[in-house]
Amino acid sequence: MKSTNVPATDTVTRPATRRNRELFLLVVAWGLGVLGTLQVGWATGEGTPQRFWVTVAVVGALALAAHVIVRWRVPYADPLLLPLATLLTVLGMTMIYRLDVAAAQRAIRNNSPVPSPDVYSQLIWFAVGITLFALVLLILRDHRVLQRYTYTAGLIGIVLLLLPLVPGIGATINGATLWVRLGGLSFQPAELAKIALTIFFAGYLVVKRDALALVRVRFLGIGLPRPRDLGPIIVAWALSLGILIFERDLGTSLLFFGLFVAMLYISTQRRSWIILGAGLFAIGSVFSYLAFNHVRVRVQVWIDPFAFADTGGYQIVQSLYGFANGGLLGTGLGNGYPQLVPFANTDFVLASLGEELGLAGFIAIILLYAIMVQRGLRISVAVRDPFGQLLAAGLSITLALQVFVIVGGVTRLIPLTGLTTPFLSYGGSSLIANWILIALLLVISHRARQPLPEVEPIPDNATQVVSR
Amino acid sequence: MTKPIRRIAVVLSVLLIAVLANVTFIQVFSADDLRARSDNQRVLLQEYGRERGPILVGVDPVARSKETDGALRYLRVYAEGEEYASVTGFYSLVYGATGLERTENDVLTGSSDLFFVDRLQQLIAGQQPRGGGVTTTIDSRTQDAAWRGLSGARGAVVAIEPSTGRILAQVQSPSFDPNVLSSHDPQAIRTYYEELLADPEQPLINRPIVALNPPGSTFKLVTAAAALASGRFTPESVLPGPAEYDLPLSDRTLRNWTGEPCGPGGEVTLIEALAQSCNTAFAWLGNELGADALRTQSQAFGFDTAFNIPLRASTSRFPDNPDAPQTAISAIGQFDVRATALQMAMVAAGIGNNGIVMEPYLVQELRGPDLSILRTTTASEFGAAMSSQNAADLIEMMVAVVERGTASVLRGVTTAEGQLVRVGAKTGTAQTSADRPSVAWMVALAPATNPQIAVAVVVEDGGQNEISSNAIAGPIARAVIEAALR
Repeated sequence: MKSTNVPATDTVTRPATRRNRELFLLVVAWGLGVLGTLQVGWATGEGTPQRFWVTVAVVGALALAAHVIVRWRVPYADPLLLPLATLLTVLGMTMIYRLDVAAAQRAIRNNSPVPSPDVYSQLIWFAVGITLFALVLLILRDHRVLQRYTYTAGLIGIVLLLLPLVPGIGATINGATLWVRLGGLSFQPAELAKIALTIFFAGYLVVKRDALALVRVRFLGIGLPRPRDLGPIIVAWALSLGILIFERDLGTSLLFFGLFVAMLYISTQRRSWIILGAGLFAIGSVFSYLAFNHVRVRVQVWIDPFAFADTGGYQIVQSLYGFANGGLLGTGLGNGYPQLVPFANTDFVLASLGEELGLAGFIAIILLYAIMVQRGLRISVAVRDPFGQLLAAGLSITLALQVFVIVGGVTRLIPLTGLTTPFLSYGGSSLIANWILIALLLVISHRARQPLPEVEPIPDNATQVVSR
Repeated sequence: MTKPIRRIAVVLSVLLIAVLANVTFIQVFSADDLRARSDNQRVLLQEYGRERGPILVGVDPVARSKETDGALRYLRVYAEGEEYASVTGFYSLVYGATGLERTENDVLTGSSDLFFVDRLQQLIAGQQPRGGGVTTTIDSRTQDAAWRGLSGARGAVVAIEPSTGRILAQVQSPSFDPNVLSSHDPQAIRTYYEELLADPEQPLINRPIVALNPPGSTFKLVTAAAALASGRFTPESVLPGPAEYDLPLSDRTLRNWTGEPCGPGGEVTLIEALAQSCNTAFAWLGNELGADALRTQSQAFGFDTAFNIPLRASTSRFPDNPDAPQTAISAIGQFDVRATALQMAMVAAGIGNNGIVMEPYLVQELRGPDLSILRTTTASEFGAAMSSQNAADLIEMMVAVVERGTASVLRGVTTAEGQLVRVGAKTGTAQTSADRPSVAWMVALAPATNPQIAVAVVVEDGGQNEISSNAIAGPIARAVIEAALR
């Protein structure tokens, strides 16, 4: 047998942009929202919701605008992230509208003034979120630029985290000091802080990872980092504890520490950081359980919520009743009683959806998040620069941890902590921050899949078929 | 950095599985437990948020749901609440449900498996399930007659169609108003319920099927059936019927209620003994047949069986190990013999249906939300209590009770066309305690050939003897029979 040289007849193929697929999925997401809202109106006896077509048109226009910007600025970006985020947002708005209806009906029964609906505020926040999403895509051509602002991002993150403690603008709502009130607007800066800090962690760890990966001390067969390299993790730990102590925000505290440890592990590939992190987490947990009453109460309620059904356990018990009422297929939108759970459209929006859409709908929603996280991690693996890798992984992990902490909380898998549910919860800070997060992931994914700058095609006559 | 990212992905997958497993556990496996918890208002709101199906008598609802604008959307209303309380029961926020409201709850709420197709449609359309209807076997005219007849008395009426076991009337007195108990005002419900509980007349007891009374002389029907079944006696057999019967193994005697011997020379035929309700002859007969034969015969009629019609009826009973004197007294329905009105109606119905006792039932049809019929109850046999020949003989004996015996009030019953109807019956009087008036019974069957109705009337604190039973319970039975035959 004689070997033959295969002719290089092809230059680099351009990868498909898959933007039409994105558009199609966006239409599906929008359509599901339309149907869901109509179903709510029908089931609750309200008929077609007020200002229905305007609202639906605005939502469609926003999604379309996002799509056009993506087509223009980041054509090679992942095609699933935008439809997924849009679907979750419209599902959230559907449930917010459904709870508005319940509140209005209740007010009419009690002859009290009808509260102003939340769904239009959420629509405005959605518009703001899409605007910022667009701004990120317009301004940030290349995510590597962010590496230059590593320490700025770190500073911004810390300031945002500490903002609620500033007298005058900080506000304590429902026992947690994680709000900032300026004028008539209240804002949860921790939501934006999580993005700033992820950028900081990525930039910092990319530089320091070699030092942090060094093993000096061996203990019980585990390679431990050098004591002088322990600085960063101790700082992160102290900061998390600080949030817990001064802002009484268990969820955010957990989220940051978990994120930092995971990113430390990814950048250094040393399992010892995980072990160390778990140890610090355990110490912090025991300490806060012993030292803080509010943590102790949370844990006790988690162990036996029914013993506190009238007090601290009321929320979680009502949440569980909601899930039970939903069963396998749910009561159907508008047919359940999600309004019985306090904070049904914020912290407990997933319990509301679990009741009316049932196990089937709930699993579908969780899988939407899972796909989102999976796409994020894929981007992380595909991108070529280490900073981009770490940043994409960090953003995906933030999302995953946040969803886990809140889902685990409302279903009593873990103690309940107040975290918003990305895209679904009523509230501007969370919605805006998560749309920025999606924009960042899109930029990175565009970079990852973008074809390399075109080189001069090699003329055909440079190669020849050699045959005998 | 690909490897640690993959590992992190694995860890996140584990968290995902944990979340999905946990929520599956909550929504599928522990959902029923969570729903059953007493502080779970969702169950209540959901039940009251759906239109509950009606309970129908013929085509008229005796219980239906009415829409309100309260937090609980539907209110249960009962058109003739007190008259039908024994059948419908109530549907209360505070005390749960009773009667058909309880036993047919699945159908009334629409959650029964019968509604599978409807529910599938509702699921796809995202609609609330709607309740189905329950049609009872009650005949409104018969029920009305029984209700009017009992008014002011304390007692019960049960009427059965002998050939099927359909319950045509089931009335208790005194009764209660299920409208109040089914209201949405917990305070009013509690107050009324406490009142009913404190009432010495015990209106909450479902007398027709739950109250156990000594059947007195109506039990002689069972003793007579056992006598015929033994093959040793025919209606013409001559029995000793003295004024007093010396109870065996004791120095006590049993007297006829008339104080007289039952026939010339203290002898009487079986048919005459029944017609006159001769205690001494039946006491003697009881000892001749023995307790086992009496018990077996009573069980063939339904004693010792708990019937679900589908409301749960009390078990009527014959004493376990009576000695000879106790057997003699049991043979005339005293001592520890206890029966419900339902049971005594079943005895008459069994005799009237060629000796075949049918399972009694109260629900004729289950209907869908659109009132289409989903299931019709088919009559089923409980068992054969008598041979058809013996049953025919016993009917003739019961006719003698009317035509020349103690049930004189049932003579001359006519149909709507004025045709005379032959009626068979048996009176009964039973003492429950020495200082209280006796329980008055009338058990009847009409027409004697091919009977259409068997009825048992019991009036507690009713009378002194067979004459007063005839006078107190008799007219009620007559009114019920006439209503049923018209």
